[in-house]
Amino acid sequence: MESKSYTTGSRDNANRNLEGSKTLMASHFLRALFRIQQTSTTRSSFAGRRRRIRRAAYASMAYSAGTRRAWSRALLRKLRSRARLRFPRRLSRAARPQRGDTDQAQVLRKLVPGGPGMDYCKLLEETADYIRCLTTQVRLMQTVMDSISS
Amino acid sequence: MSSRRSRVSEEEINELISKLQSLLPEARRRGGGRASAAKLLKETCNYIRSLNREVDDLSGRLSALMATVDNNSAEAEIIRSLLRS
Repeated sequence: MESKSYTTGSRDNANRNLEGSKTLMASHFLRALFRIQQTSTTRSSFAGRRRRIRRAAYASMAYSAGTRRAWSRALLRKLRSRARLRFPRRLSRAARPQRGDTDQAQVLRKLVPGGPGMDYCKLLEETADYIRCLTTQVRLMQTVMDSISS
Repeated sequence: MSSRRSRVSEEEINELISKLQSLLPEARRRGGGRASAAKLLKETCNYIRSLNREVDDLSGRLSALMATVDNNSAEAEIIRSLLRS
């Protein structure tokens, strides 16, 4: 089975950072999965395990970027406070913009960890890094899925 | 809002916006040409939401898979994955 690579293929500096933290992300996530597997019993619920895996996914993203980024610092804070992790999947009624360009920036602020504290320029930078990290995490999870199910 | 923008040039903002555009998958880029900043931000938001959905979906599928695999072979598979990455 050929292994899938999750490099982004781009040349700029940000991606060079990502190459290094990609390994960190993978080892953190895999170790977490292993722990989850070991501590799961036949009585563990599917939903409980899914919650733990999801939390491990966002945790490994946050740890791979560490304190270098505002979004990862915000995410680490959220994880450490052991608050419930809420990441919007659907456009909420409240977030539908009423008018103008700037409202989309407000919507974006709710989607990027630490968003509310950022000015427009910072928000755009952090969003780019956050998206790169999210796509890497998704590809990592797909790779693990393929490995386990083969 | 505009007084803040005068510290950062319009050009820098445009550059950041086009960098975001390059991160969107092909299908979401509104085909060639300059999409307006608003459209791009909207597509970016949609993309982030879909990535969150993918994380949820993959978490569910991994959870189901892990239930069907016994501890010993799961350990082997995970270690194999780690060596391959």
